[in-house]
Amino acid sequence: MSSAVAAPAIGARRRKKKRDRPGHLVVHVILAVGALLMIAPFLLEMLISVETFAEATAVPMTFIPHTWRWANYTDVFSAMPFRQMLVNTVLMTAARTAGQLVFCSLAGYAFARLRFRGSGIVFGLFLSVLMVPSQLFLIPQYEIIQDLHMLNSLPGLFLPGIFSAFGTFLMRQFFLQLPREVQEAAYIDGAGPFQTYWRVLLPLARPGLIALAILVIIWSWNDLLWPLVVNTDPSSMPVSAGLATLQGQYLTNYPVLMAGSLMASLPLIIIFILFQRHFIEGIAFSASKG
Amino acid sequence: MVVVTEQVRSEQRAVRPRRQRSARRRLEARWGWLLIAPSVIGLGVFSIWPIFRTFYYSFTLWGAFGGHTWDGLTNYRTLFSDSEVLRALRNTIVFAALSLLSVPIGIVVSALLNRPGLRGLSVYRTLYFIPVITLPAAVALMWKFVYNGDYGPVTQFLKLFGIHGPHWTSNPSTALYAVAIVAIWSSIGYNMVLFLAGMQTIPRHLYEAAEIDGAGRIRQFFTITLPMLSPTIFFVTVIGVINALQAFDLIYVMIGKNNPALNDSETIVYLFYDKAFVQSNGGYAAAIAFLLLGIIIVFTGCQFWLQKKWVHYE
Repeated sequence: MSSAVAAPAIGARRRKKKRDRPGHLVVHVILAVGALLMIAPFLLEMLISVETFAEATAVPMTFIPHTWRWANYTDVFSAMPFRQMLVNTVLMTAARTAGQLVFCSLAGYAFARLRFRGSGIVFGLFLSVLMVPSQLFLIPQYEIIQDLHMLNSLPGLFLPGIFSAFGTFLMRQFFLQLPREVQEAAYIDGAGPFQTYWRVLLPLARPGLIALAILVIIWSWNDLLWPLVVNTDPSSMPVSAGLATLQGQYLTNYPVLMAGSLMASLPLIIIFILFQRHFIEGIAFSASKG
Repeated sequence: MVVVTEQVRSEQRAVRPRRQRSARRRLEARWGWLLIAPSVIGLGVFSIWPIFRTFYYSFTLWGAFGGHTWDGLTNYRTLFSDSEVLRALRNTIVFAALSLLSVPIGIVVSALLNRPGLRGLSVYRTLYFIPVITLPAAVALMWKFVYNGDYGPVTQFLKLFGIHGPHWTSNPSTALYAVAIVAIWSSIGYNMVLFLAGMQTIPRHLYEAAEIDGAGRIRQFFTITLPMLSPTIFFVTVIGVINALQAFDLIYVMIGKNNPALNDSETIVYLFYDKAFVQSNGGYAAAIAFLLLGIIIVFTGCQFWLQKKWVHYE
């Protein structure tokens, strides 16, 4: 009886598998067309970046440049302080990432694992910051940086960004996941709260730290509004603000602009391709905790 | 292992004198405050205090040469009769609604990718995800070229069919839609990653059972995948709407000031930036920021209220 029921089911599954093959082909075609739409603008960007201005603006389009004009890439550096802008972006991103890793993991550990009066209220305050759109902070933040005489400086660029309510929340969630026994064992061995954090829990929290670092790097590298507000002098801007503000003023030269855009976005794309698994996991992790 | 520590711990607790325990508690309290101190000070100065400061500013009038005076509710009263604000509000909501199209697209892409035995999954995932991590300023410049009305590829393509395309990003009737398409394009990959993660947690036996019952792929998608994925769809939608309501980068770079289409495509945050940091009208900008907060609260609240009707939690 049961074998009689099972047999057609297996047969159906086998038939299904056979039918799936052409199905996969259709799926591949749809996915490939979609993927092409996703990267077509980048391919166009690369093409334009090696054409002359005349070729880039020609009708009909030039698909094969007469000579590859690599000079567009060097022209970016003479049209704007591009090297300094790249340095600014890297330093701003490094400082924000380092700051958040330290401050958010410390506070996240304290909220998750230490019992002290007032922690609930303070954590609630942090959560409320999380709910508020960042534009609400912008005017006073600008005034603070101005009062500290840090406009058009590197510290002004990264200072508010080294603290994060979201990062603290994320790290707290991560520390909460770790088994409590580990901490108890450390206590029994005579480790204080800080030693427990530094020697025992932090090494276990590595995946959480990597996830936080990746999110901060993406956010910081691409951040535009804050740099636009505090650093209006081109040589103190990161590349994001540099490209955005100088496009109209100094360049309407698309080949040079495309070369600059490519150079500004490529570092993050390369890091993504190299550490793809961490990026995907980090983003999925942050969403599952949010 | 765990059991042993558990036992040790209970024994320790039994013999540990009360004084020692309270000392431990005091030590924890001291360290607790010490470890959160940097974040408390940093967020206090750069986030919590600014909220109150901005709230205060929203009731002030800013002079042309600095300084501000208490002005009561004037800013808020002006806000609701200011046609520029109302237009920006409309643009922002239209933009947010359009950008939600990346949710169904993301679901379809991840459903296609989530097939057992599909080759090239990681290649597709990489390609779809690249726009997400690309510098928005660079994305905007690249699409600005795509949309160029004289020699951009879109216009040239349409010309093959004898259609004369407009200057997409400077034509008031197309600019907002042109930017929204870029926003959709750049968030598909993010949604896809979250949906794929959500789909992978759906137990396989549900599909196997449905298969035995004779349900086809499409049927399985609607009766199993979508309901099981609904918490993820809800999360992605909420986050997507909040982000879209704060749209700025693409508008700033693709439209920008002096664009004839600016009025019909500027968003709330663009207007906020313009008022606060270009026109130095911080009081009015503060009121606009609180309008944004209100809109975000209303939209998010509505979604949480509506979720009871369509989100399935196990």
